[in-house]
Amino acid sequence: MQKTKEKIIEKLLAASGLLTILTTGGILAILLYESFEFFSGVSVWEFLTGTEWTPLFSKKKFGILPLLTATLMTSFFALLVAVPIGLSIAIYLNEYANRKFRNTVKPMLEVLASVPTVVYGFFALTIVTPFLQSFIPGLAGFNSISPGIVMGIMIIPMISSLSEDALFAVPKSLRDASYGMGATRFQTVFRVLIPSASSGIIVSIILAVSRAIGETMIVAIAAGQQPKFTLNPLVPVETITTYIVQISLGDVPRDSIEYRTIFAAGMVLFIMTFVMNNISLWLKRKYHRQYE
Amino acid sequence: MNNTKKNRLKDSVFKYYGIMSTFIGLIMLAVFIIIILQTGLSRLNLDFITSLPSRFPERAGIYTALMGTAWMLMLTIIFSVTLGVSAGIYLEEYAKKGLFSRLLEINISNLVGVPSVIYGILGLAFFNRALGLGGSLLAGSLTLSLLIIPVIIVTTRESLKAVPKTIKEAAYALGATKWQTISRQQLPAASGSIVTGVILALARAIGEAAPLIVVGALVYVPFAPQSPLDDYTVLPIQIFNWTSRPQADFQVNASAGIIVLLFITFLMNGVSIYLRNKWQKKVKW
Repeated sequence: MQKTKEKIIEKLLAASGLLTILTTGGILAILLYESFEFFSGVSVWEFLTGTEWTPLFSKKKFGILPLLTATLMTSFFALLVAVPIGLSIAIYLNEYANRKFRNTVKPMLEVLASVPTVVYGFFALTIVTPFLQSFIPGLAGFNSISPGIVMGIMIIPMISSLSEDALFAVPKSLRDASYGMGATRFQTVFRVLIPSASSGIIVSIILAVSRAIGETMIVAIAAGQQPKFTLNPLVPVETITTYIVQISLGDVPRDSIEYRTIFAAGMVLFIMTFVMNNISLWLKRKYHRQYE
Repeated sequence: MNNTKKNRLKDSVFKYYGIMSTFIGLIMLAVFIIIILQTGLSRLNLDFITSLPSRFPERAGIYTALMGTAWMLMLTIIFSVTLGVSAGIYLEEYAKKGLFSRLLEINISNLVGVPSVIYGILGLAFFNRALGLGGSLLAGSLTLSLLIIPVIIVTTRESLKAVPKTIKEAAYALGATKWQTISRQQLPAASGSIVTGVILALARAIGEAAPLIVVGALVYVPFAPQSPLDDYTVLPIQIFNWTSRPQADFQVNASAGIIVLLFITFLMNGVSIYLRNKWQKKVKW
């Protein structure tokens, strides 16, 4: 009796574990199936190399490049903010600050990541853009810089906390050897710690890129909804994620090719983040082994 | 200036640069919040909380959105906690080290990194359309649950890992079965830290707008939902809607809505930090 009960419980728990596999399987199946339907009407070549994205116009063009460049541009500005700041925080907290300061500041930084993204979007549109307009002539109301910067602020704790873990994991003997030779903290950090923690730092950056690419509401609110193939950060653009939201809000007939575009766009987004996440997982496993 | 001096100078310059970096993000957030408070606080009153949405900014309120968020929170707790904690227990205590558990682990790490809007696409195709749930609260909360279950699994596993082996061994020595040991010893011992992690995950879910928009949440709902099968909107979507309107008065409404949303998010984060501290003080293994 007791044994049967134990068995049933184990099976139930295992079923919940299996759910995670089903989630991944479901995502893949849906994206693959709908993309397949989409590509029966649009050539893969046109999709990947076309520079015009006009599924909602009467003259339909399905080139993903405008959405892709917009996504990369906003992510670039996010990293431009988050990487130097996040990395400096990690170094400062690890090498310069005392434990008490570090333990107080770390949870405070997490606040930056806990603010809902619509709120950040509102900040970007109504505060940062007008501020930037005051000294960047020609900056449009919707642009790539402002949401990029705000997104950067949001992912600071991601970079700082993962890089700090990586710096922390560097064996004490290396650090002591460096100080023993008379090196300053600055020299130790840049010539010993960062090189030895580099894979961990790279992991944090890759994960941040992946997060920035998938971020939706900030860019949907502040970057605009105009798919333009440009690298000009001053003008309105449309990212992959924004496009998915835009179609979801509109009343595009289901089972039309326009509607299927969100699955094709989603597929591109999924592949990019999937590849980056797995590179970072692989690197993480590698450097964990290095110091064990 | 000789080399030593130069190096010392670099060292102290970097120290101040480090302090500045540490606080710059927080300072900017603080500035943002102060500006929001200045714009939105005057709009925030009981009417704003209890009014239905309206075309007229001065009459519009967040009642339906707030009810939608409350429903969403409740349903998401039910689905995500039961499934996430169960899966976490299975992986930590039952799964044999092998290819299958390795696969599950890699899969979960991957799911944590999938953009939330992709979960929206999954919810749209599966819950909204295949299961015919449409843009209901049920479809939305199931989608959000899938989004945070990987996080809850990771939290559950880490919390169980932190419970000392001696507790488990003592229970076995007394003749308890595996499930008795887990349910009466390990889970209660790990519960504080599981709850902390779950609240953080829920706080994240409450702030999400993108997956819910994709799965079919509405932007304009005239009445508060009455059952899990009703249409709904949530606070972040209401804020998004107001933000994207040109009239300045709606921006004021958006600011007031943001104050409420931030209050809820920070409250949940605060509670979880409080519980974590209390928990860490109480339990010393």
